[in-house]
Amino acid sequence: MTPLEFTLLAFVLSIAAGFVGSLLGLGGGIIVIPALTLLLHVNIRFAIGASIISVIATSSGAAAAYVREHMSNLRVAMFLEIATTTGAISGAYLSGHIRPAALFLIFGTVMALSALQMLRHNERDSTAPVPPDRIADHLRLHDRYYDPNTGQVVAYRVTHSGLGLILMYLAGGVSGLLGVGSGAMKVLAMDLAMRLPFKVSTATSNFMIGVTAAASAGVYFARGDINPFIAAPVAAGVLGGALAGSHLLGRIDSARVRGFFIVVLLIIAAEMLYRGYASW
Amino acid sequence: MVNVPPNHPLAIDPHSPVHKVEIMLSMILRTGVIASLAIIVAGTIVRFAHHHDYLDSRTQLEDLRTSQSFPHSLKAVIDGVRQDRSDAIVAVGLLLLIVTPVIRVAVSIVAFAYQRDFTFVVLTAFVLGMLILSFLLGRAGG
Repeated sequence: MTPLEFTLLAFVLSIAAGFVGSLLGLGGGIIVIPALTLLLHVNIRFAIGASIISVIATSSGAAAAYVREHMSNLRVAMFLEIATTTGAISGAYLSGHIRPAALFLIFGTVMALSALQMLRHNERDSTAPVPPDRIADHLRLHDRYYDPNTGQVVAYRVTHSGLGLILMYLAGGVSGLLGVGSGAMKVLAMDLAMRLPFKVSTATSNFMIGVTAAASAGVYFARGDINPFIAAPVAAGVLGGALAGSHLLGRIDSARVRGFFIVVLLIIAAEMLYRGYASW
Repeated sequence: MVNVPPNHPLAIDPHSPVHKVEIMLSMILRTGVIASLAIIVAGTIVRFAHHHDYLDSRTQLEDLRTSQSFPHSLKAVIDGVRQDRSDAIVAVGLLLLIVTPVIRVAVSIVAFAYQRDFTFVVLTAFVLGMLILSFLLGRAGG
Protein backbone atom coordinates (compact mmCIF):
# COMPACT_ATOMS: atom_id res chain seq x y z
CA MET A 1 0.00 0.00 0.00
CA THR A 2 1.29 3.48 -0.82
CA PRO A 3 0.97 6.34 1.70
CA LEU A 4 -1.63 7.92 -0.61
CA GLU A 5 -3.72 4.74 -0.68
CA PHE A 6 -3.50 4.51 3.12
CA THR A 7 -4.67 8.12 3.48
CA LEU A 8 -7.61 7.65 1.10
CA LEU A 9 -8.70 4.35 2.67
CA ALA A 10 -8.51 5.76 6.23
CA PHE A 11 -10.51 8.77 5.00
CA VAL A 12 -13.32 6.66 3.48
CA LEU A 13 -13.59 4.33 6.51
CA SER A 14 -13.74 7.37 8.80
CA ILE A 15 -16.65 8.85 6.85
CA ALA A 16 -18.65 5.77 7.91
CA ALA A 17 -17.50 6.20 11.52
CA GLY A 18 -18.56 9.84 11.61
CA PHE A 19 -21.89 9.06 10.00
CA VAL A 20 -22.84 6.27 12.43
CA GLY A 21 -21.41 8.17 15.41
CA SER A 22 -23.39 11.34 14.69
CA LEU A 23 -26.67 9.41 14.36
CA LEU A 24 -26.20 7.36 17.53
CA GLY A 25 -24.37 9.78 19.83
CA LEU A 26 -21.18 7.71 19.77
CA GLY A 27 -17.64 8.80 19.03
CA GLY A 28 -17.04 6.34 16.22
CA GLY A 29 -14.20 4.56 18.06
CA ILE A 30 -16.15 1.35 17.55
CA ILE A 31 -15.41 1.66 13.80
CA VAL A 32 -12.14 3.63 13.82
CA ILE A 33 -10.16 1.34 16.17
CA PRO A 34 -10.87 -1.99 14.39
CA ALA A 35 -10.56 -0.34 10.94
CA LEU A 36 -7.13 1.08 11.76
CA THR A 37 -5.74 -1.93 13.61
CA LEU A 38 -7.19 -4.80 11.58
CA LEU A 39 -7.41 -3.35 8.05
CA LEU A 40 -4.64 -0.75 8.04
CA HIS A 41 -2.24 -2.45 10.51
CA VAL A 42 -1.82 0.60 12.73
CA ASN A 43 -0.62 -0.22 16.27
CA ILE A 44 -3.21 0.05 19.04
CA ARG A 45 -1.56 3.11 20.62
CA PHE A 46 -1.90 5.27 17.49
CA ALA A 47 -5.35 3.78 16.81
CA ILE A 48 -6.61 4.93 20.24
CA GLY A 49 -5.00 8.34 19.68
CA ALA A 50 -6.81 8.68 16.33
CA SER A 51 -10.04 7.46 17.92
CA ILE A 52 -9.92 10.27 20.53
CA ILE A 53 -9.61 12.71 17.62
CA SER A 54 -12.55 10.97 15.94
CA VAL A 55 -14.72 11.44 19.06
CA ILE A 56 -14.03 15.18 19.15
CA ALA A 57 -14.58 15.54 15.40
CA THR A 58 -17.91 13.65 15.55
CA SER A 59 -19.05 15.70 18.52
CA SER A 60 -18.29 19.17 17.15
CA GLY A 61 -19.31 18.27 13.60
CA ALA A 62 -22.71 16.88 14.60
CA ALA A 63 -23.49 19.12 17.57
CA ALA A 64 -23.11 22.25 15.42
CA ALA A 65 -26.37 21.17 13.76
CA TYR A 66 -28.09 19.57 16.80
CA VAL A 67 -27.60 22.61 19.05
CA ARG A 68 -28.96 24.97 16.43
CA GLU A 69 -32.01 22.77 15.84
CA HIS A 70 -32.68 22.53 19.59
CA MET A 71 -32.29 18.74 19.41
CA SER A 72 -29.52 18.70 22.05
CA ASN A 73 -30.65 19.64 25.55
CA LEU A 74 -27.94 22.13 26.53
CA ARG A 75 -28.93 22.35 30.20
CA VAL A 76 -28.95 18.56 30.65
CA ALA A 77 -25.58 18.40 28.84
CA MET A 78 -23.90 21.08 30.97
CA PHE A 79 -25.32 19.57 34.18
CA LEU A 80 -24.05 16.08 33.33
CA GLU A 81 -20.64 17.34 32.13
CA ILE A 82 -19.78 18.01 35.79
CA ALA A 83 -19.79 14.23 36.27
CA THR A 84 -18.23 13.18 32.94
CA THR A 85 -15.20 15.48 33.27
CA THR A 86 -14.65 14.49 36.92
CA GLY A 87 -15.01 10.85 35.91
CA ALA A 88 -12.57 11.25 33.01
CA ILE A 89 -9.90 12.66 35.32
CA SER A 90 -10.51 9.90 37.90
CA GLY A 91 -10.25 7.30 35.15
CA ALA A 92 -7.01 8.72 33.75
CA TYR A 93 -5.61 8.84 37.32
CA LEU A 94 -6.62 5.23 38.02
CA SER A 95 -5.24 3.83 34.77
CA GLY A 96 -2.17 1.79 35.59
CA HIS A 97 -3.71 0.78 38.93
CA ILE A 98 -6.62 -1.19 37.49
CA ARG A 99 -6.50 -4.16 35.14
CA PRO A 100 -8.26 -3.11 31.91
CA ALA A 101 -9.18 -6.75 31.20
CA ALA A 102 -11.53 -6.89 34.20
CA LEU A 103 -13.12 -3.56 33.24
CA PHE A 104 -13.66 -4.69 29.64
CA LEU A 105 -15.48 -7.79 30.93
CA ILE A 106 -17.57 -5.84 33.46
CA PHE A 107 -18.65 -3.09 31.08
CA GLY A 108 -19.07 -5.46 28.14
CA THR A 109 -21.58 -7.31 30.33
CA VAL A 110 -23.25 -4.06 31.44
CA MET A 111 -23.68 -2.96 27.81
CA ALA A 112 -25.09 -6.32 26.73
CA LEU A 113 -27.64 -6.26 29.60
CA SER A 114 -28.51 -2.64 28.80
CA ALA A 115 -29.19 -3.58 25.18
CA LEU A 116 -31.65 -6.25 26.38
CA GLN A 117 -33.26 -3.73 28.74
CA MET A 118 -33.66 -1.30 25.82
CA LEU A 119 -35.30 -4.02 23.73
CA ARG A 120 -37.89 -4.67 26.47
CA HIS A 121 -38.79 -0.99 26.62
CA ASN A 122 -38.79 -0.48 22.87
CA GLU A 123 -42.49 0.29 22.67
CA ARG A 124 -42.27 2.89 25.43
CA ASP A 125 -44.19 6.07 24.75
CA SER A 126 -41.84 9.01 25.21
CA THR A 127 -44.72 11.21 26.40
CA ALA A 128 -45.68 8.79 29.22
CA PRO A 129 -45.54 10.47 32.66
CA VAL A 130 -42.22 10.11 34.48
CA PRO A 131 -41.52 10.16 38.24
CA PRO A 132 -41.07 13.71 39.59
CA ASP A 133 -37.49 14.91 40.05
CA ARG A 134 -36.70 17.96 42.19
CA ILE A 135 -33.19 18.46 40.76
CA ALA A 136 -34.61 18.55 37.22
CA ASP A 137 -37.36 20.96 38.32
CA HIS A 138 -34.89 23.24 40.10
CA LEU A 139 -32.40 23.30 37.20
CA ARG A 140 -35.22 23.60 34.63
CA LEU A 141 -33.99 20.61 32.63
CA HIS A 142 -37.40 19.81 31.10
CA ASP A 143 -37.69 20.91 27.50
CA ARG A 144 -39.27 20.21 24.14
CA TYR A 145 -37.91 19.46 20.71
CA TYR A 146 -39.15 19.53 17.15
CA ASP A 147 -39.15 16.18 15.33
CA PRO A 148 -39.06 16.85 11.56
CA ASN A 149 -39.93 13.18 10.92
CA THR A 150 -43.37 13.47 12.55
CA GLY A 151 -43.69 17.24 12.13
CA GLN A 152 -44.49 17.57 15.83
CA VAL A 153 -43.07 19.47 18.78
CA VAL A 154 -42.56 16.95 21.58
CA ALA A 155 -42.50 18.19 25.19
CA TYR A 156 -40.60 15.94 27.60
CA ARG A 157 -39.78 15.84 31.31
CA VAL A 158 -36.42 14.73 32.72
CA THR A 159 -36.26 12.35 35.68
CA HIS A 160 -33.69 10.56 37.91
CA SER A 161 -31.07 13.33 37.46
CA GLY A 162 -29.11 12.09 40.48
CA LEU A 163 -28.83 8.58 39.06
CA GLY A 164 -27.93 10.12 35.68
CA LEU A 165 -25.08 12.03 37.34
CA ILE A 166 -23.68 8.83 38.91
CA LEU A 167 -23.90 6.93 35.61
CA MET A 168 -22.17 9.83 33.81
CA TYR A 169 -19.34 9.74 36.36
CA LEU A 170 -18.90 6.04 35.54
CA ALA A 171 -19.13 6.75 31.79
CA GLY A 172 -16.42 9.42 32.11
CA GLY A 173 -14.26 7.08 34.19
CA VAL A 174 -14.61 4.19 31.77
CA SER A 175 -13.73 6.33 28.78
CA GLY A 176 -10.73 7.72 30.66
CA LEU A 177 -9.57 4.18 31.47
CA LEU A 178 -10.47 2.25 28.33
CA GLY A 179 -10.70 4.96 25.67
CA VAL A 180 -14.01 3.50 24.43
CA GLY A 181 -17.67 3.33 25.30
CA SER A 182 -18.25 6.82 26.64
CA GLY A 183 -20.90 7.80 24.07
CA ALA A 184 -22.81 4.52 24.36
CA MET A 185 -22.97 4.82 28.15
CA LYS A 186 -24.14 8.44 27.94
CA VAL A 187 -26.98 7.56 25.56
CA LEU A 188 -27.95 4.62 27.79
CA ALA A 189 -28.03 6.77 30.94
CA MET A 190 -30.18 9.43 29.26
CA ASP A 191 -32.52 6.92 27.64
CA LEU A 192 -32.98 4.30 30.38
CA ALA A 193 -32.51 6.39 33.55
CA MET A 194 -33.41 9.98 32.70
CA ARG A 195 -36.07 9.02 30.13
CA LEU A 196 -35.16 11.61 27.48
CA PRO A 197 -36.62 11.04 23.98
CA PHE A 198 -34.16 8.91 22.01
CA LYS A 199 -33.17 11.55 19.44
CA VAL A 200 -32.59 14.05 22.25
CA SER A 201 -30.40 11.46 24.02
CA THR A 202 -28.16 10.87 20.98
CA ALA A 203 -28.00 14.59 20.08
CA THR A 204 -27.17 15.52 23.70
CA SER A 205 -24.59 12.74 23.95
CA ASN A 206 -23.01 14.02 20.72
CA PHE A 207 -22.77 17.49 22.24
CA MET A 208 -21.12 16.10 25.42
CA ILE A 209 -18.60 13.51 24.15
CA GLY A 210 -16.32 16.20 22.68
CA VAL A 211 -15.79 17.73 26.12
CA THR A 212 -15.09 14.36 27.77
CA ALA A 213 -12.65 13.45 24.98
CA ALA A 214 -10.96 16.88 25.07
CA ALA A 215 -10.22 16.20 28.76
CA SER A 216 -8.07 13.22 27.77
CA ALA A 217 -6.89 14.40 24.31
CA GLY A 218 -4.34 16.77 25.86
CA VAL A 219 -2.71 13.83 27.66
CA TYR A 220 -2.66 11.67 24.53
CA PHE A 221 -1.20 14.51 22.43
CA ALA A 222 1.58 15.29 24.92
CA ARG A 223 2.41 11.58 25.20
CA GLY A 224 2.91 11.39 21.42
CA ASP A 225 -0.03 9.03 20.80
CA ILE A 226 -1.65 11.25 18.17
CA ASN A 227 0.25 10.57 14.94
CA PRO A 228 -0.63 13.31 12.40
CA PHE A 229 -0.22 11.00 9.39
CA ILE A 230 -2.91 8.67 10.80
CA ALA A 231 -5.11 11.23 12.58
CA ALA A 232 -5.39 13.61 9.58
CA PRO A 233 -7.49 11.39 7.26
CA VAL A 234 -9.49 10.15 10.28
CA ALA A 235 -10.36 13.69 11.40
CA ALA A 236 -11.27 14.82 7.87
CA GLY A 237 -13.38 11.73 7.10
CA VAL A 238 -15.19 11.73 10.44
CA LEU A 239 -16.07 15.42 10.08
CA GLY A 240 -17.54 14.80 6.64
CA GLY A 241 -19.53 11.80 7.88
CA ALA A 242 -20.77 13.64 10.97
CA LEU A 243 -21.96 16.65 8.97
CA ALA A 244 -23.94 14.32 6.68
CA GLY A 245 -25.33 12.22 9.55
CA SER A 246 -26.44 15.22 11.59
CA HIS A 247 -28.68 16.35 8.73
CA LEU A 248 -30.30 12.91 8.55
CA LEU A 249 -31.12 12.24 12.24
CA GLY A 250 -34.07 14.62 12.35
CA ARG A 251 -35.71 13.05 9.33
CA ILE A 252 -35.68 9.40 10.33
CA ASP A 253 -38.03 7.55 12.63
CA SER A 254 -36.97 7.52 16.33
CA ALA A 255 -37.79 3.82 16.77
CA ARG A 256 -35.55 2.97 13.81
CA VAL A 257 -32.61 4.98 15.24
CA ARG A 258 -33.17 3.27 18.59
CA GLY A 259 -33.18 -0.18 16.95
CA PHE A 260 -29.95 0.63 15.11
CA PHE A 261 -28.43 1.78 18.42
CA ILE A 262 -29.32 -1.53 20.11
CA VAL A 263 -27.58 -3.47 17.32
CA VAL A 264 -24.44 -1.31 17.57
CA LEU A 265 -24.57 -1.58 21.38
CA LEU A 266 -24.47 -5.38 21.13
CA ILE A 267 -21.47 -5.12 18.77
CA ILE A 268 -19.68 -2.80 21.23
CA ALA A 269 -20.47 -5.23 24.08
CA ALA A 270 -19.09 -8.16 22.07
CA GLU A 271 -15.95 -6.19 21.20
CA MET A 272 -15.38 -5.23 24.86
CA LEU A 273 -15.96 -8.79 26.09
CA TYR A 274 -13.56 -10.08 23.42
CA ARG A 275 -10.85 -7.58 24.37
CA GLY A 276 -11.32 -8.46 28.05
CA TYR A 277 -11.13 -12.18 27.29
CA ALA A 278 -8.11 -11.78 24.95
CA SER A 279 -6.07 -9.78 27.47
CA TRP A 280 -7.09 -11.75 30.59
CA MET B 1 -30.48 25.29 9.61
CA VAL B 2 -33.61 25.60 11.72
CA ASN B 3 -36.15 23.05 10.59
CA VAL B 4 -39.08 24.29 12.65
CA PRO B 5 -41.66 25.86 10.37
CA PRO B 6 -42.11 29.50 11.43
CA ASN B 7 -45.90 29.23 11.51
CA HIS B 8 -45.88 26.28 13.88
CA PRO B 9 -47.74 27.06 17.14
CA LEU B 10 -44.90 25.73 19.27
CA ALA B 11 -42.06 26.97 17.03
CA ILE B 12 -38.96 27.77 19.03
CA ASP B 13 -38.65 31.55 19.13
CA PRO B 14 -35.48 32.60 17.24
CA HIS B 15 -35.35 35.84 19.25
CA SER B 16 -35.41 34.14 22.65
CA PRO B 17 -32.13 34.45 24.61
CA VAL B 18 -31.91 30.63 24.81
CA HIS B 19 -31.99 30.29 21.05
CA LYS B 20 -29.44 33.10 20.63
CA VAL B 21 -27.05 31.11 22.84
CA GLU B 22 -27.69 27.99 20.77
CA ILE B 23 -26.91 29.83 17.54
CA MET B 24 -23.73 31.24 19.08
CA LEU B 25 -22.50 27.84 20.36
CA SER B 26 -23.37 26.28 17.01
CA MET B 27 -21.31 28.98 15.24
CA ILE B 28 -18.32 28.30 17.53
CA LEU B 29 -18.44 24.57 16.85
CA ARG B 30 -18.89 25.08 13.10
CA THR B 31 -16.07 27.64 12.86
CA GLY B 32 -13.71 25.42 14.88
CA VAL B 33 -14.55 22.40 12.76
CA ILE B 34 -14.21 24.14 9.38
CA ALA B 35 -10.97 25.93 10.33
CA SER B 36 -9.33 22.76 11.67
CA LEU B 37 -10.51 20.76 8.66
CA ALA B 38 -8.97 23.37 6.30
CA ILE B 39 -5.64 23.30 8.17
CA ILE B 40 -5.54 19.48 8.29
CA VAL B 41 -6.25 19.23 4.55
CA ALA B 42 -3.63 21.91 3.82
CA GLY B 43 -1.04 20.02 5.89
CA THR B 44 -1.85 16.80 4.07
CA ILE B 45 -1.47 18.50 0.67
CA VAL B 46 1.91 19.91 1.77
CA ARG B 47 2.97 16.39 2.85
CA PHE B 48 2.25 14.88 -0.56
CA ALA B 49 3.68 17.92 -2.39
CA HIS B 50 7.00 17.53 -0.52
CA HIS B 51 7.15 13.77 -1.08
CA HIS B 52 6.12 12.81 -4.61
CA ASP B 53 7.24 9.24 -3.87
CA TYR B 54 4.32 8.92 -1.37
CA LEU B 55 2.02 8.65 -4.37
CA ASP B 56 3.46 5.43 -5.81
CA SER B 57 6.15 3.99 -3.51
CA ARG B 58 5.12 1.08 -1.32
CA THR B 59 8.22 1.14 0.87
CA GLN B 60 7.48 4.33 2.83
CA LEU B 61 4.24 3.37 4.55
CA GLU B 62 5.68 1.23 7.36
CA ASP B 63 7.91 4.11 8.46
CA LEU B 64 5.03 6.65 8.40
CA ARG B 65 2.73 4.27 10.26
CA THR B 66 5.13 3.64 13.15
CA SER B 67 7.23 6.84 13.18
CA GLN B 68 7.49 8.63 16.54
CA SER B 69 9.28 11.65 15.09
CA PHE B 70 6.23 13.91 14.74
CA PRO B 71 5.90 17.03 16.95
CA HIS B 72 3.88 16.51 20.15
CA SER B 73 4.63 19.55 22.24
CA LEU B 74 3.47 23.11 21.63
CA LYS B 75 7.05 24.29 21.05
CA ALA B 76 7.81 21.51 18.57
CA VAL B 77 4.60 22.30 16.68
CA ILE B 78 5.44 26.02 16.42
CA ASP B 79 9.04 25.30 15.35
CA GLY B 80 7.76 22.75 12.83
CA VAL B 81 5.30 25.19 11.25
CA ARG B 82 8.15 27.72 10.84
CA GLN B 83 10.11 25.06 8.95
CA ASP B 84 7.09 24.26 6.78
CA ARG B 85 6.83 20.71 8.19
CA SER B 86 3.59 19.04 7.11
CA ASP B 87 3.30 17.08 10.40
CA ALA B 88 3.35 20.33 12.34
CA ILE B 89 0.70 21.96 10.11
CA VAL B 90 -1.61 18.96 10.61
CA ALA B 91 -0.89 19.10 14.37
CA VAL B 92 -2.08 22.74 14.46
CA GLY B 93 -5.38 21.62 12.92
CA LEU B 94 -5.68 18.72 15.40
CA LEU B 95 -4.95 21.03 18.36
CA LEU B 96 -7.58 23.48 17.13
CA LEU B 97 -10.05 20.59 16.94
CA ILE B 98 -9.17 19.58 20.54
CA VAL B 99 -9.64 23.09 21.98
CA THR B 100 -12.94 23.76 20.16
CA PRO B 101 -15.08 22.00 22.85
CA VAL B 102 -13.09 23.82 25.55
CA ILE B 103 -13.84 27.19 23.92
CA ARG B 104 -17.49 26.12 23.70
CA VAL B 105 -17.57 25.53 27.49
CA ALA B 106 -15.85 28.87 28.21
CA VAL B 107 -18.33 30.79 26.04
CA SER B 108 -21.25 28.98 27.72
CA ILE B 109 -20.21 30.49 31.07
CA VAL B 110 -20.50 33.99 29.60
CA ALA B 111 -23.83 33.09 27.98
CA PHE B 112 -25.34 31.82 31.25
CA ALA B 113 -24.07 34.92 33.07
CA TYR B 114 -25.75 37.07 30.42
CA GLN B 115 -29.01 35.17 31.08
CA ARG B 116 -28.47 35.76 34.83
CA ASP B 117 -28.60 31.98 35.39
CA PHE B 118 -25.97 31.84 38.10
CA THR B 119 -26.50 28.19 39.05
CA PHE B 120 -25.40 27.25 35.53
CA VAL B 121 -22.55 29.78 35.58
CA VAL B 122 -21.16 27.86 38.58
CA LEU B 123 -21.82 24.42 37.02
CA THR B 124 -20.17 25.37 33.72
CA ALA B 125 -17.24 27.09 35.42
CA PHE B 126 -16.66 23.84 37.34
CA VAL B 127 -16.58 21.92 34.03
CA LEU B 128 -14.05 24.40 32.57
CA GLY B 129 -11.97 24.07 35.76
CA MET B 130 -11.92 20.28 35.40
CA LEU B 131 -10.88 20.59 31.73
CA ILE B 132 -8.02 22.95 32.62
CA LEU B 133 -7.01 20.63 35.48
CA SER B 134 -6.92 17.67 33.07
CA PHE B 135 -4.64 19.57 30.68
CA LEU B 136 -2.33 20.53 33.58
CA LEU B 137 -2.29 16.93 34.91
CA GLY B 138 -1.65 15.70 31.38
CA ARG B 139 1.39 17.94 31.01
CA ALA B 140 2.70 16.89 34.41
CA GLY B 141 2.10 13.19 33.71
CA GLY B 142 2.93 13.12 30.01
